[in-house]
Amino acid sequence: MKLQSRHLIGLEGVSADEISLILDTAVSFREIIERPIKKVPTLRGITVLNLFYEPSTRTKISFELAEKRLSADSITFTKAMSSVKKGETLKDTVRNIEAMKINMVVVRHGSSGVPYFLTQCMDSNIINAGDGSHEHPTQALLDMFTIRQKYGKLKGLRVVLIGDVKHSRVVRSNIWGLKTMGCSVAVCGPSTLQPYEVEKFGVDVYTDLDEALDGADVVNIMRIQLERQQSGFLATQREYTNLFGVTAERLKLLNKNYTVMHPGPMNRGVEITPEIADGKSSVILEQVTNGQAVRMAVLYLLSGKREDGE
Amino acid sequence: MKKQIYDLVIKDGRVIDPALGFGHVAHLFIKDGKIAKIENDNISSRKKIDSMPDENVIDAAGKIVMPGLIDMHVHLREPGREDEETIVSGCQAAAAGGFTTVCCMPNTDPAIDNQETVKFVLSRAELADARVYVVGAVSKMLKGEELSEIGDLVKAGAVAISDDGGYVQNPQLMRNALEYASMFNIPIISHAEDDFLCKDGVMNESFQSTRLGMKGRPAVGEVIAVLRDIKLCELVGGRLHIAHVSTAGAVEAIRLAKADCVDVTAEVCPQHFCLTDDMIGEKFDTNLRVNPPIRTKADIDAIIKGLVDGTIDCIASDHAPHAEEEKDVEFDQAPPGMIGLQTTVGLVKTYLIDKGYLSWADAIRKMTQNPARILNLPVGTLKVDSPADITIIDSDKKWTVKKNDFRSKSKNSPFVGWKLSGKVSHTILGGRVVYDGK
Ligand SMILES: [Zn+2]
Repeated sequence: MKLQSRHLIGLEGVSADEISLILDTAVSFREIIERPIKKVPTLRGITVLNLFYEPSTRTKISFELAEKRLSADSITFTKAMSSVKKGETLKDTVRNIEAMKINMVVVRHGSSGVPYFLTQCMDSNIINAGDGSHEHPTQALLDMFTIRQKYGKLKGLRVVLIGDVKHSRVVRSNIWGLKTMGCSVAVCGPSTLQPYEVEKFGVDVYTDLDEALDGADVVNIMRIQLERQQSGFLATQREYTNLFGVTAERLKLLNKNYTVMHPGPMNRGVEITPEIADGKSSVILEQVTNGQAVRMAVLYLLSGKREDGE
Repeated sequence: MKKQIYDLVIKDGRVIDPALGFGHVAHLFIKDGKIAKIENDNISSRKKIDSMPDENVIDAAGKIVMPGLIDMHVHLREPGREDEETIVSGCQAAAAGGFTTVCCMPNTDPAIDNQETVKFVLSRAELADARVYVVGAVSKMLKGEELSEIGDLVKAGAVAISDDGGYVQNPQLMRNALEYASMFNIPIISHAEDDFLCKDGVMNESFQSTRLGMKGRPAVGEVIAVLRDIKLCELVGGRLHIAHVSTAGAVEAIRLAKADCVDVTAEVCPQHFCLTDDMIGEKFDTNLRVNPPIRTKADIDAIIKGLVDGTIDCIASDHAPHAEEEKDVEFDQAPPGMIGLQTTVGLVKTYLIDKGYLSWADAIRKMTQNPARILNLPVGTLKVDSPADITIIDSDKKWTVKKNDFRSKSKNSPFVGWKLSGKVSHTILGGRVVYDGK
């Protein structure tokens, strides 16, 4: 069993066997993270470029740590330190960097389709760390890893994704992945932040939070960007919190053994109360730790090292 | 040697001219840059042909001979972006695509919003391989604020006005423009997409934009814009032409307006009857980014119905050259537009004629007689004494679109690699062969 593609562009079209392979592989890397010496020589000799055209703290650090723990040589390029401002095209930038002989690229970019674009102009393996509102596959993989860790399975669970569905790449990747793994998926958020024909993803669509939560196992709460008020998608933060803020009261509607997730960064008191974020059903910090393991697995599986028998 | 009576003859072709109601095999004689005679095959016409030297005879046997085609919607980029296209290079592309007349849009730099720029364009076009008619700007610098000097533009030769590239968002200005332009009996060509609804949108709003996480341009953005313009035209008169119709809703709105005797006409472009928005996710090809965006199968069906029942009057290319470096970028960073002068005929043949929706006569009418009528152009027919602008098409010839064959300075076409049927074999401008298939 190996991955079909040498890139990870998104979870759309990735099979259940492939997702299971990544999650299974991540289990052993998760153990490494708990060791006193958190380092293995797996990716020695591999150079990874982290290309971050959008501000990111946790995803960037997570990938950087994953690379270091696998003994890869890694460098990070962010928009601020680049020649982007001088008007160099993305293609020229990446080709120049690739000429310095790199093997893998982790890319975060504000435009949908950029990871695919890079597969067309570079030889490196491309890993999508978030493109526009399109996909963020490693986030969805770590979410699934975390759910599976708790329940021992994914199939048959009810997962509700709450918030700005329209602009969320995390939601899209979660939908593809969870559906492939046999979960029942619902999305919930203001109708202005539900994209056109969202039901065609094969999800249940709610604008009433209580209805959405009824019978759910997992609640994955997305960050709401308060700037959405200016574009007329939202009225006020107060109203958003009243309608869609997840509180202890509302979680009573969930199955007993429920789980609360958030990909971060959180707006405490807006989409989630501190009580819930820090409560016993929250796996938010566990998600962060698992993120490293999942990213190590993805880097390893795409590097070709496995086929080399190393 | 006997004195030449004719300069050129096109023999044995199937001559189709909807303006004349002509449609059978005949010989076409040309003299002094004009159509001298169309004659059926008989002893006398044979004799005339036999007396002519070979180099003055084009054998069009098995081919279709039609009035030189008119593309009423092209962007020639000069002045301002001569790296992308010049009037000369654009006209070479037109000739190779079978168009002897093109109408260029005013969104150049500077914009064609004054007499001097109209004159500049026309002077550049004098020796080009196609006739160029100018569409002037509705508003100064295309800003949508104040009317340009439309009377002056018309005096200098403008045949229509448009703020193409964008919509005349202010309804009061559009009302004034319709009223004002009616003094000169020229149409206003509307790029009908509401700015607010379509702001920052990079593709059709549909499940595809949802799936790809891209900002959509909703179909209703076009429908609302078309309806507003129709209502204004109904109120104040004037002549309205809707450019590049892309939605089923707009086709229906135009159909109803025509039934109500509103003076509205419309065009469609090949991308809106050949391409669908689900193609974008395949390769994020920025050549598929165009405004209005490529839509859905249902829209294509409605557009074809509109072409068939006459709701849609014209077929135009919206030829929009863009530099390679500007298109070879992130999808949402690329400027909208695709070139089309050299692919339109093949796409019309393959997707409209071969599929049985339009006859050759119908298609030719939409690229000759109808645009000539709308813009009041003295071309588009093979009537005796008309300019000898003629297109000859090898109707069943199969060919593959190749990047290197584009004569445009820009190569931004999503159709590269497509296999089409129907290839231009000759283009003749005022009796001069400007393209001979080589
Ligand atoms: Zn336009």
